[in-house]
Amino acid sequence: QFGAEFRRFSLDRYKPGKFEDFYKLILHIHHIANLEVMIGYADVHGDLLPINNDDNFFKAVSSAHPLLRVFVQRQDEVDYSNFGTNTLSRKKKALVTLRNDNLRRRPHINISMPHDFRPVSSIIDVDILPETHRRVRLYRHGCEKPLGFYIRDGTSVRVTPHGLEKVPGIFISRMVPGGLAESTGLLAVNDEVLEVNGIEVAGKTLDQVTDMMIANSHNLIITVKPANQRNNVIRSSRMSGSSGQSTDSTASHHSLPTSHMLQNFHPDEMESDEEADIVIEGGLEPQHIPKLHSLTSSSLSRINGSSLGHRLQRDLVLNNNSGRESNGNIHKLLSSLKTDPRHSLVIPRGGIEEDGTVITL
Amino acid sequence: MRRFLRPGHDPVRERLKRDLFQFNKTVEHGFPHQPSALGYSSFLRLMAIGTRSGAIKLYGAPGVEFMGLHEENNTVMQIHFIPDQCQLVTLLDDNSLHLWSLKQHSGASELREEHRFTLKGPPGSPPSATQITAVLPHSSREVLYLGTESGNIFVVELPSFKVLEDRTITSEAVLQWVPEDYCSRRSCELVEALREHPKNPDQILIGYSRGLIVLWDLQNSKVTHQFLGSEQLENLYWQRDGSKFISCHYDGSYTQWPVSSDNRQPEPLENLVPYGPFPCKAISKIYWQTTKNGLPYIIFQGGMPRASYGDRHSISVVHGSQQTAFDFTSRVIDFFIIFSSEPSAEFDDPSAMVVLAEEELVVIDLKTAGWPAVHPPYLASLHCSAITCSHHVSNIPLKLWERIISAGSKQNIHYSSMPWPIDGGTNIAPDPPQRDLLLTGHEDGTVRFWDASGVCLHLLYKLSTVKVFLTDADPNDNMNTQGEDEWPPLRKVGTFDPYSDDPRLGIQKIYLCKYSGYLAVAGTAGQVLVMELNDEDAEHIVDHAEADLLQDQEGYRWKGHEKLKTRDGPVQFEAGFQPFVLVQCQPPAVVTSLALHSEWKLVAFGTSHGFGLFDHQQKRLVFVKCTLHPSDQLALEGPLSRVKSLKKSLRQSFRRIRRSRVSSRKRRGGSGNASEVQEANAKFDQDTLQEMELAPVQRKIEARSAEDSFTGFVRTLYFADTFLRDSSRHCPSLWAGTNGGTVYAFCLRVPPAERRMDEPVRAEQAKEIQLMHRAPVVGILVLDGRSAPLPEPLEVAHDLSKSPDMQGSHQLLVVSEEQFKVFTLPKVSSKLKLKLTALEGCRVRKVMVANFGSCRTDDYSENDLAVLTNLGDIQIISLPFLKLQIRYPCIRKEDVSGIASCVFTKYGQGFYLISPSEFERFSLSTKWLVEPRCIVDMPEVTSNNHVHNKSDMENTARKSSLGDYGEDERKSGRLMEHALLNDEKVLKEIQSTLEGSR
Repeated sequence: QFGAEFRRFSLDRYKPGKFEDFYKLILHIHHIANLEVMIGYADVHGDLLPINNDDNFFKAVSSAHPLLRVFVQRQDEVDYSNFGTNTLSRKKKALVTLRNDNLRRRPHINISMPHDFRPVSSIIDVDILPETHRRVRLYRHGCEKPLGFYIRDGTSVRVTPHGLEKVPGIFISRMVPGGLAESTGLLAVNDEVLEVNGIEVAGKTLDQVTDMMIANSHNLIITVKPANQRNNVIRSSRMSGSSGQSTDSTASHHSLPTSHMLQNFHPDEMESDEEADIVIEGGLEPQHIPKLHSLTSSSLSRINGSSLGHRLQRDLVLNNNSGRESNGNIHKLLSSLKTDPRHSLVIPRGGIEEDGTVITL
Repeated sequence: MRRFLRPGHDPVRERLKRDLFQFNKTVEHGFPHQPSALGYSSFLRLMAIGTRSGAIKLYGAPGVEFMGLHEENNTVMQIHFIPDQCQLVTLLDDNSLHLWSLKQHSGASELREEHRFTLKGPPGSPPSATQITAVLPHSSREVLYLGTESGNIFVVELPSFKVLEDRTITSEAVLQWVPEDYCSRRSCELVEALREHPKNPDQILIGYSRGLIVLWDLQNSKVTHQFLGSEQLENLYWQRDGSKFISCHYDGSYTQWPVSSDNRQPEPLENLVPYGPFPCKAISKIYWQTTKNGLPYIIFQGGMPRASYGDRHSISVVHGSQQTAFDFTSRVIDFFIIFSSEPSAEFDDPSAMVVLAEEELVVIDLKTAGWPAVHPPYLASLHCSAITCSHHVSNIPLKLWERIISAGSKQNIHYSSMPWPIDGGTNIAPDPPQRDLLLTGHEDGTVRFWDASGVCLHLLYKLSTVKVFLTDADPNDNMNTQGEDEWPPLRKVGTFDPYSDDPRLGIQKIYLCKYSGYLAVAGTAGQVLVMELNDEDAEHIVDHAEADLLQDQEGYRWKGHEKLKTRDGPVQFEAGFQPFVLVQCQPPAVVTSLALHSEWKLVAFGTSHGFGLFDHQQKRLVFVKCTLHPSDQLALEGPLSRVKSLKKSLRQSFRRIRRSRVSSRKRRGGSGNASEVQEANAKFDQDTLQEMELAPVQRKIEARSAEDSFTGFVRTLYFADTFLRDSSRHCPSLWAGTNGGTVYAFCLRVPPAERRMDEPVRAEQAKEIQLMHRAPVVGILVLDGRSAPLPEPLEVAHDLSKSPDMQGSHQLLVVSEEQFKVFTLPKVSSKLKLKLTALEGCRVRKVMVANFGSCRTDDYSENDLAVLTNLGDIQIISLPFLKLQIRYPCIRKEDVSGIASCVFTKYGQGFYLISPSEFERFSLSTKWLVEPRCIVDMPEVTSNNHVHNKSDMENTARKSSLGDYGEDERKSGRLMEHALLNDEKVLKEIQSTLEGSR
C-alpha cells in the first residue's frame, strides 16, 4: 500500500519545532492521517533511526546533510527483527535500527513480531566489560518460570602483582532443568559470580550474595566469568554512533530521559528494578476494576512526574466483605498481572548475541 | 537513581554525627558464663571470678566492676590476690601465670595485665615438673611459692616473675626430714596445698597429695614439723592462732592437727567423717572459723555419702548443734568466707559465705539465725529459666517504679537484710540518668523485671503467669519438703532452675505501658494475658476469651501443641501485676507479635495464622483476620507436627544439650578484647559447622513467592492515630505486617470515654499493601507532619511528649527485612526507599526508633532508626530521609541467638545476650552511656608496708600525668554531660511526682 511513495518538503533547520507537529505534518503530507506510523531517518552512517520524540527529531534535523531522509512505515509492519548491535540492544530505549529494503538487499530473516515474545534475558554492557566476563540480565517479572539456579562457595585464582593468588569466590553450582537461568543458555554451572546488580561480591559471604540476588530477583543482573571461555563474543571494533555515551549500565539506564519514550514501550518495564507495590483500598465505594492499559498509562504520567520512585500503583477495589473472598480477588488480579500484555511489547534481545551473530548495517 | 541524588560529603552533618553517635560496649550484665575460679581479697573487699574463656571479673560494692581478658582465652584455674596490694595473680590451664593490677588512670581505676610468666624446668625435664598445682602469694608481697606436680616448690619474685632458684624447696629436701618407712610410699608426689602460718610468715605448711604435710621453715630451709597423714589430701586450713590446722581428704574425712614446739611429729587431734559411716565423696575445701562463744564454724565443701547423695553439690556449715548442708543447683566452683580480717581481732567471727556455683552466685548470711541467703545486687542469673524474649522500657515514672519495687520487696522477704558484704571500691559513675526497666520473658512462664538503669542489673520483681493455667506440674512435687530429722540436713539454695515442665507456658512477647501500668504478655501456646498493677493481694476470676484466627477455613488441622487449660474459678494473686483478661488464640500457635494501646484499651496479637484485636475494657473480641495463604500447609499444621512423637525425648535431650553446652563451649569475653574471644568462638563455631556440613553448601536463588511457607506469619503490629482514609480526618488505626510482605491497615472506631462501655469498638479494613519484594515486614511506623514518630499512647496525656503534628501530612514507614520504604498517607504511594539487602546483602533483624541527643548542646536531638542486621552490624538510618548515618560491627554474625536477643532502648542503647546468662550492654549514643567507673583505694596499711605503697603511688601519679590529653578532654566532656543529665533527671523527677499527686 505504501510501497514507495516519495514526498519532499522543507523545514526550518534551526527551528524544527515539535515532534508532534512534525508527525502531524507527515501524516498530512502523506494523507494517511488515520494510520499509526513509525517515522525513521537515515543518519550520517546510513543507519536507520527512529524519530519519535522531540530530541531525536531535533537531532535528525540538525544532522541532515543536506537532505533529511525520512522513512515512514506503518506501525504494524515495522520489522523489529533487525535492530542494533549488541551495544544498541543494551539501551533499554531500544534504538531500533529499522531495516530498509530499499537501501540494502539482505535476506530477510523472518522472526515473529515482538509482541509474541517477552524478554527473559540479555547480555549487557559488552562494550565495557573485559571479554572474559559476561553480564547477564534475567527478567523474572511476569514469568512463571523459576529463576532456577544455585550458588556455592569456591576458590578462584586471581592474577595479582604478587603472582597468582587463590581467593574465595562464589560460583553457580547447579541449574534447575527448565528454569529461567538454564533456558537462557547464558549461565552455566561453575561460572564465577563477580557482581550482582553492579555490586561486587568479593568479600561477601554466600548468604549475603544469596540475599542480594533474592532481593534483586525481579531484575537480576549478574556479572559472571564463564567457566567455558570459548563462546565469548568477538566484538567488532566498530561501535555504532550512539554507543559511546554510556559508561556504566546503571548510569546509562538512568541517564535516559524516561519521559521521552515510545508510548508503547512501557517505562515500568524499562525501569523494572523499580517494583510496584500493590495497594488495595478497602472500604471505599466500589469501582470497576480499571483496564490494565489505562492503568499503565496513568501510572506512566505519575512516573514522569516523580523523580524518585517509579512505582506503579494500582487502585484495585474489591468487595471487602470477607477476607477470604478478597484474597481470591487479589489472586486473580495478581495472576492477571503476570500475563499483562505490556510485557510483550518489549523487544527480545537475548537471542541475537547468543549464537554470536552480529548484525551490522 | 539514589546514588545520583546522594548529596556530597556534608561537613556540617559529619560533625553533627560525631556529636550524636558513638558505639561502645559498656558493661556485661548477669552471671559470667562458665566460671572456673574464684578469688577474694579481704584487704580490698573485692571478689574476682575467672572464666573458662580467660575472662577475669572483679566485683566490689554495687557498681564497682572491673573486667580483664587473658589473651590466650584459656581457662582461669586459680586467682590469688597479693596480700595488702591492688594486685592479683591468675593461673591459667596452660600453666601460665599472670599478674594483674588495679591502677588509677584519669580518675578511675583500671584493671591491667602487668606481666605474664610460664614456669620452665631444666631442659629435658617432663612438663609435670613445672605444672603448677598450688600458688601461695607470701605476705611479704615479694615472692610467690609455686607448688608443682613434681612435688617441688619454686619461688618466684614479684612483680618480675624471676625464679629464685636457690630458694626452691625440692621434694628431696623435704623427704630427708621424713621417716624412712613413710618415704617409701612416694609421699611427695604432688603439692596439693601451700599455706602460710597465720602468725609466723617464715613458716609455710606444705601438703602433698598422698597425705604428707610438713611445716617448712623458710629462714633455715628445713622441716620443723611432719604430719604423717594416711589419706589422700584435698586441702588445708590454718586456725587463726596458728596452733592447729585442718586437713580434709578424698575419703570425706577431715583431720585436726596440733602444732606445738614440743612435738615435731604429732598425731592427729581428731579425725572425722562427717557424713559417714558409708563411703563419702571428697571434702575439697574446709574452713575452721573461731567465734567468741567458743563454738567454731566448720564449713566444708562436699563430703556427702557417695551412694545416695553423691550427685549433690553441697557445702555444709556446722556450728555447734546447728548443721546445714546447703544444696546448690549446679556444681560448686569455689567458695570463701568473709570474716574479720583485722589482725588484732581475736576471733574470726564469720559473717557471710560466698559460693560461686557454675550457674549462680549464692551468699549466705551466717550472722542471722537460720542462715538466710543474701540478695545479690549484681551477678544475677538471668538464665535461671531460659530467656525467651526481652522488652525494654525507658524512663519509668517514679510512681510506677515504686509500685514495682514494693511488689518485689514482698517477694523477697525470705532474703537476709544484711548489707551486701563485698563492698570494696567506690562507685564514682554518675547516677543513672533515668529509671529503665528491662523485662525478660522466660521459658517457665515468668516475667522478670530488672532495674536496668545502671551498671548493676538488679532483679526488682518476678511475675509468674503459671497460676492462670492448669499444668502438668504437681504442686505437691516439692523437692524442698524435708523432715526435721532428715540426714544429711540438705537445704536447697539458689534460683537456677532451667527445666520448664511445660514449654507452652513460655513467654514470647511483652508490652508494658509505663503510664497506665497495663502489661500485656503473650506466650507459646497462643495465650495473651492483659494485667494491671495492684498493690494488694487479690483473688479474682480471669476473664477468658478465645480468638479463632482460622475463622471458617475448612479442612485444616492443627497438629501442634494443645492450648493451655485454664483454671476455673477465682485465682489468688499476690500484689503486683495481676491478670484480668486471657485471650487464647486458636490454633494455639506461638504469639509472634503483640501491641497494647492503653488509651484505647485495646490489645492486638498475631500468630502464624492471623491477628486479632481485643477490647480489654469491654472484654470483647473486636475482630480477627486470617493472614494465611491457602497453600501454606505448614503453618496450619504447626511447627511441631513432624516431630510430635519425638517431642518428649527431644525436650529431654535439649536439657542434656543445655547442660553439656556449658562444658563444651568457651565463654565469650568482654568489651576490651571481645573481638578476640569472638574470633575464638567463631573458630569453634566454624569447626562445628564443618563437621555438620560435609556436603558442599549451596544456596538456591529464587524469588519469594506467595506460596512460600509462613507468609501469613504476623511479624509486627502497630497502633496509630493517623490519616488512613482521607487527609481531613484522622482516626485510630491498627497496622499489621506479615512475613510475606503484606501490610494490613484497619480503621478503628473507638467510642469516646463517656460511652466507652456502651458502644462497641468497630474495625474496618481500610488498606492492604503488598510489597512486591515480599520480604517479611519487621516494622511499621507513622511519622507525623514534622516527620517525628507518633508518640506512645498516653505519652501526650502525661505531658511527656509534644502532641503529634496533625496539620502536615503523615507518612508511613514500612521496614521489611530488605528495604525501608516511606509512603505518603492517606494515599499510599511510595515516596522514598532504601534497599538495604540489594546493596549490601544484609537483612534487617531488629529495628527501633531511637532518640539521639547531641553531647555538645542540650537542645539538639533527633530521631533515627537503630537497625541490627543479620550480619550483626548496627546501622543508624536517618528519619525521614532514610540515609545511612553510621555502621558499627556489634555481634558476630554466627551468633544467631545474640542477634535474636537484641533489644534497643529508646535512647540509643541496647542489650543482647552474649551467653545464656549474660547481657552485653552497648550504647550508640554519645549522651546516654551507662558504664562502670569506680575507684579502688588502698586501705590504710600497717607501717611496714608503707615504703612500698608510696613508691607505688608515685608510679601511678607519674603515669597518669603522662596520660594522653584526649582522655582528659573526654573526662571533662563527660562531667558536663553528667551535669546536663542530672538536670534532666531532676526535671523528670518533678514531672513524675506531679503525675503521682494527680
